[in-house]
Amino acid sequence: MIRLVARRLVYLVLVLIVITFLTYVVFFVGNPNDLAARFAGRDAGPAQIRDAAVRLGLNHGFWYQYWHYLVGLLHGSFGLDFQNQVPINSEIARAFPVTASLVVGSVVIWLLIGIPIGIMSATHPRTLRDRAGTTFALTFLSMPTFVLGVLFLLVFYYYLTRAGLSWFPAAGYVGITTSPGQWFLHLILPWLTLALVQAAIYTRLIRGSLLDVLGEDYIRTARAKGLSRRTVIYKHGVRAALTPVVTQLGIDVGTLLAGAFVTERVFGLPGLGQLALNAIGAADLPVVAAVVVLAASFIVIMNTIVDIVYALLDPRVRLA
Amino acid sequence: MSLLEVRDLRVSFDTDDGTVYAVQGMSFSVEPGQTLGIVGESGSGKSVATQAIMGLTPGATITGEAKLEGVDLLAMSERELEAIRGSQVSLIFQDPLTSLHPLYRVGHQIAEAMRVHSQVTKAQAEDRAIDLLGQVGIPEPARRVRDYPHQFSGGMRQRVMIAMALALEPKLIIADEPTTALDVTVQAQILELLARMQRDYQTAVILITHDLGVVADVADEVVIMYAGRPMERAGVEAAFVEPHHPYTQGLLQSIPSYSGRTGKLRPIKGYPPSLMRQINECPFASRCPYVHDECRVAPPPLKPVGTKPGHLSACVLPADRVGLSAAAPEGAAAGAGAAEQ
Repeated sequence: MIRLVARRLVYLVLVLIVITFLTYVVFFVGNPNDLAARFAGRDAGPAQIRDAAVRLGLNHGFWYQYWHYLVGLLHGSFGLDFQNQVPINSEIARAFPVTASLVVGSVVIWLLIGIPIGIMSATHPRTLRDRAGTTFALTFLSMPTFVLGVLFLLVFYYYLTRAGLSWFPAAGYVGITTSPGQWFLHLILPWLTLALVQAAIYTRLIRGSLLDVLGEDYIRTARAKGLSRRTVIYKHGVRAALTPVVTQLGIDVGTLLAGAFVTERVFGLPGLGQLALNAIGAADLPVVAAVVVLAASFIVIMNTIVDIVYALLDPRVRLA
Repeated sequence: MSLLEVRDLRVSFDTDDGTVYAVQGMSFSVEPGQTLGIVGESGSGKSVATQAIMGLTPGATITGEAKLEGVDLLAMSERELEAIRGSQVSLIFQDPLTSLHPLYRVGHQIAEAMRVHSQVTKAQAEDRAIDLLGQVGIPEPARRVRDYPHQFSGGMRQRVMIAMALALEPKLIIADEPTTALDVTVQAQILELLARMQRDYQTAVILITHDLGVVADVADEVVIMYAGRPMERAGVEAAFVEPHHPYTQGLLQSIPSYSGRTGKLRPIKGYPPSLMRQINECPFASRCPYVHDECRVAPPPLKPVGTKPGHLSACVLPADRVGLSAAAPEGAAAGAGAAEQ
């Protein structure tokens, strides 16, 4: 087990180094003058561009520059952004809690919806209840996030507000430390938007996984022992059916932490997705690069966590 | 009174392709402490029959009677059956690799049944699990009790299954092809273990198998099953020395060592009938070398045959016409000489 964790961590570091290297090559390798010109602004003369190049260290060799960038990252610094000359760190530090709040809240909701419906569908296959679950899943599965989000805004913001019930704000974010109530109200619609689509996926995932498991020989053994239906389904069935769910959850959380672009956009949440979209619009390369490195890191880190959790869940994996 | 008395058991499944009549009138009984071998080829309904009476065939339509000490299992609610499964009747399955839960320690899996059926503490159940693992011949049981199934070999896993089945000292163990998935050398060990545990615990055993050699070794009585029905029922000696039913004879002759030294295998020609319909004739009629007109009218009932009491056969042939030497049909003498060797 310890060996497995150690090996996963070594992989993690290696992959992160590769990611930073590729990001660096894609974003910062090029003619020093071009890069410096982009940085120095539209009206800059040759002298200013040269100054900028020196300040950015663009006159040094490639490996020196990459090393410099890497050391910066290791100290938790992504450098300054092109647009406003502010540390990218502070922008990320502002945006990340927004995205994290959005993701954690909707994960809780989609698991609370998806797992029970999935279990119900699998334990009553081909019944009315199963079909109702399938209908639920297909409805939200085939509904893009932006449609669902805009629908929610229309119904819960526009109609309610016109009816004199301004319960939900239209957009924006309030920190949980500022006002937990406002934080909740600002996030409930985005949470549901993201969660309903994901819940649909998880319903299908759990249904399939549990149906497979319930057909296994060891479920028959559990029944032959005289265990109650409840014990057989939950302790023997669901326990074994959860492993693929954990894998999917890790990947989903990693991806979403990097920015739930559409949901953040629809609800005007200033999260990582918004940050990235704005940076792309302004051709602010260091910010885009920072988000790319962050996004890749989240996914790799979540994968590592999944591998370790997998080993905790399944003793057979611990041998590997 | 018989420990288990099954009468006219019928089991069918509704599938998308139609109804499958897996068991079409199975009857047998098991005496306390005895071993009943149920022999049949794949698809003859031997597993379905025994699992159906224990309520382990979800979605099946079951009729008939299966009385355990006089109480009909088929009339019981799911709750009542749960109380009997694992405590009074245990089951051992064919594939020990897939029959144990991969995510739980074997000790936990053995202790689980005890904790459900009797008032024991976790520690007591654990101690008993160690004790049982020792009894079924697993070395260092106190350490192995904390291992997972994948850390055991196939034979050792089947020992774990046997320990699990014995946990509550059941009156009956249904062993469904317990050695089929194992190496031949391990098979003998497992059968021996099963027989020893049966003696120690005074348990009756239903041994389901398609291996006649296994039955000859361990069974007291044999039921030969074909297409969901019993063809012949006899004490183990009578079944092998004085078989009456042509199907039983065919089975025995298809064992390579019975075929003589010609080196040729002697399979039964033809195929078993489809179970997608109810069979209203002798199910063996289409393959039987002695088929009569009356075989086609209705399935022949079991009738006493041979010289031993309790020897029954579902065949219209004369009751005294027993033994493999009587098996050669006139004119179709392909194997007559071999059978006499």
